Amino acid sequence: MNGPRHECAVQHATGEALYVHDEALRSGPLLHAWPVQSGHAHGRIRAIDATAAHAMPGVACVLTGAHVTGQGVIGPVRHDEPLFPDEVSHHGQPVCWVLADSEEHARRAAAVVRVECEPLPAILSIEAGIAAGSFLTDEQTIATGDVDAAFARGDRELRGELQVGGQEHFYLETQCAWAHRDATGGYVVHSSTQHPTETQSTVAHVLGLPAHRVVCESLRMGGAFGGKESQANAFAAIAALGCQVTGRPVVVRLDRRRDLTITGKRHPFLARFRVAFGADGTLHALDVQLWSDGGHSLDLSAAILGRALFHVDNCYRIEHLRVRGRVVRTHLPSNTAMRGFGGPQAMVVIEEVIDRVARTLGVPPETVRERNFYRPGDRTHYGQEVRSADCIERIWRTLAESSSFERRRREAHAWNASHPHRKRGLAMTPVKFGISFTTTFLNQAGALVLVYRDGSVQVNHGGTEMGQGLHTKVAAIVARELGVAAAAVRTMPTRTDKVPNTSATAASSGTDLNGEAARRACAAIRERLGIVAAASLRCAAQEVVFADGVVRGGGRELPFGAVAEAAYVQRIPLFATGHYATPGIHWDPHAGRGEPFRYYAYGAAVAEVEVDGFTGMHRLLAVDILHDVGDSLAEIVDRGQIEGGFVQGAGWLTSEHVVYGDDGALRSRGASTYKLPGVGECPERFVVDLLPRASEPGAVFGSKAVGEPPFMLAIAVREALRSAVAAFRGSGIVELGCPAVPEAVFRAIRAGTV
Amino acid sequence: MTAPPGPQKTLATFHVNGESHEVAFVPHKTLLEVLREEMNLTGTKHGCELGECGACTVQVDGTPVLSCLVLAVDVVGKQVRTVEGLAKGPELTELQHAFADMGAAQCGYCTPGILMTADALLAQNTKPTRDEIKECLAGNLCRCTGYIKIFEAVELAAARCRGEKAEPRKESIHGS
Repeated sequence: MNGPRHECAVQHATGEALYVHDEALRSGPLLHAWPVQSGHAHGRIRAIDATAAHAMPGVACVLTGAHVTGQGVIGPVRHDEPLFPDEVSHHGQPVCWVLADSEEHARRAAAVVRVECEPLPAILSIEAGIAAGSFLTDEQTIATGDVDAAFARGDRELRGELQVGGQEHFYLETQCAWAHRDATGGYVVHSSTQHPTETQSTVAHVLGLPAHRVVCESLRMGGAFGGKESQANAFAAIAALGCQVTGRPVVVRLDRRRDLTITGKRHPFLARFRVAFGADGTLHALDVQLWSDGGHSLDLSAAILGRALFHVDNCYRIEHLRVRGRVVRTHLPSNTAMRGFGGPQAMVVIEEVIDRVARTLGVPPETVRERNFYRPGDRTHYGQEVRSADCIERIWRTLAESSSFERRRREAHAWNASHPHRKRGLAMTPVKFGISFTTTFLNQAGALVLVYRDGSVQVNHGGTEMGQGLHTKVAAIVARELGVAAAAVRTMPTRTDKVPNTSATAASSGTDLNGEAARRACAAIRERLGIVAAASLRCAAQEVVFADGVVRGGGRELPFGAVAEAAYVQRIPLFATGHYATPGIHWDPHAGRGEPFRYYAYGAAVAEVEVDGFTGMHRLLAVDILHDVGDSLAEIVDRGQIEGGFVQGAGWLTSEHVVYGDDGALRSRGASTYKLPGVGECPERFVVDLLPRASEPGAVFGSKAVGEPPFMLAIAVREALRSAVAAFRGSGIVELGCPAVPEAVFRAIRAGTV
Repeated sequence: MTAPPGPQKTLATFHVNGESHEVAFVPHKTLLEVLREEMNLTGTKHGCELGECGACTVQVDGTPVLSCLVLAVDVVGKQVRTVEGLAKGPELTELQHAFADMGAAQCGYCTPGILMTADALLAQNTKPTRDEIKECLAGNLCRCTGYIKIFEAVELAAARCRGEKAEPRKESIHGS
């Protein structure tokens, strides 16, 4: 295996890796918090009677809005999420919280809190929200060319609609936070959060304190996938508020049911589109209207919709393109960031368009994809040049060959001819994903590197570890820049008292931002050490080389630790901060123009599936992926992101179905009713190759972001299913529900036979 | 109003990872709760508390069980083994080495449960097929890895347990 393994690989395998709840339990006596939840999707709270709860064993407090000394309304962009609502706006919303000496006592007491609530009409779907004029944002538009004139030219034209389903994060570690007072009168909040700075500021806001009185630590998360970017904040605030009110440490740990019913998910989308195209499959004009279901509060929905608008082109040049979008407010949990952040929904839409065009023309969808690829020099609908556009074709051709795509498609045809009730389908789809936060100012990061006199190193940076291997990559960058062994570098827990004012670890940007900040801190230290070493080695400072744990120059070498010790004796500082602000990016949302992305990550996937015609049940048989990670910093980590991202994407598109009832209550509230990918669905063939010669000049050590882009490779599975459904039906457009759960596939097969 | 008295704690001796623990606990507590809250054995994780995800898997007399569905009183007198009991001091098992080497853990949260399940498989079957591994791990959810590296790690560990000099493949390609 190339490169380092996960820096906590051994701790993971021995049970020594601690998560927030583990730390809390080991810390001593605690109060445990449990929510009282709304039984209505929308309603006005008339009264809360906690008398019976106060009399239950072990109860210390029932937290309500009356306890808040700061501000009780939070939210990452707009403060529209009351911690203790007067008007409930989704089923399961916490109304108040019971604190007791055990989780069981808190749970039992929460069950006897009486909430009197007057139900109000609830909006539970995007269509209902549109009809009622219920929106969280104004309309956003990005357009290029002259769309209306292009449609007037009288090309072939199609119109369609697609509903794209949401997705539950289902991080294995549910939301958790633990707060206690420190020895100097401040609050320490240990939170399973992707965004310690925002968690810190939320806690300070609720407690009515300046930020310096609150420290947030995120040691590690048991998965996050975007679900802990903003939505960890409320639980950290409840833990800290409970601590402020009682003077005792408080832990909030949602059980799975509470986590599923309280927190938001990937946004469902509704898309309506109109496309004009030529007989050769060239897309001349595309007009897309998107609506996302934001749930009851804004959260990050505006930026998520924005990323959808940016990615509706995927890898395709469309001369006349207009995409409009708006976030609908419903009475459902507030939908939030999830891997891809709106990009996947938009890319499913454009692939839907491509497939319908192809089936209308009677040519393979892959032919229409190829015909419309961006070429070098092309610009996107928001005006950014598609740099490295040649990667798209290079990946496409290489993968077609390495996966034997054409041969296997012929074989599937032959197999289908002899199997009337089962059909196989193949598809190949590409991915282009823009890397950077689209909110430009978030593209900054800080690091603090400490070298000790023995040459060992600690690195602190603003990014958080959720399993994606960020700490492993940053440590590798530090080791490489200082020329020391990986074992000489220790990554410290992410804390807001080490690196302040950080951005969320999100947008796949963790390594690009924090890694480069850490590299800059190391470069500053290395420069000082180079001068010290040059004197001992009797050579010029620019001749000094740091590598393999030694410092070389003038034909001699010194151990790195000896140089550190010499620098200390000479009163040279052995620590430095580094800061990185991504250069060259800008975005004007009013004009719909700019260069919001530092670069694009590319990939493509081939999926082969088999579908049973009697039931719509389907099986993923084979996956071939070629993905662009630039110069990999840690190949084992990158491969893990590609494999895991793909499987999570396949789950979203083919088995995971978020279902709410007519009362707005979540029906899919456990792994028994929400089908996650399991080990049994793992295909026999799963080939992952990394694109060679792909160094990215704009990012740290030529590497590329890898957290989100592979997720969208799974669109190949959806398109392969469509191809298999088409094999049952013959020619014509195949309307396939999303997610393509077996029922949806069955309906698609039947739709063609009636 | 006076609080009604809670259930009385009971005292019992548990045999966990080869050691005896005398623990006072409320008798309706699950094994998961008693391990984590009374014995500080936090390697075993809460995942769903409904027996749906496998994160809390431990071994009782060598058989994998979901500790969220087992009452602690039911394992009194039996041998319980948790993830903390796999390694002998600093010496990891082949399975643990393989998981670390292959990147079979990403966030690591489901890992203890998967290790305890796979360890029981390897104790019975030193040359499991892909299908046998699938069947064995069918009750364990992982949201990070897509399972591919988990397969490879179990197969690598099995090969090493058989005394073969197996190394992680440079091109870690599953099934091709």
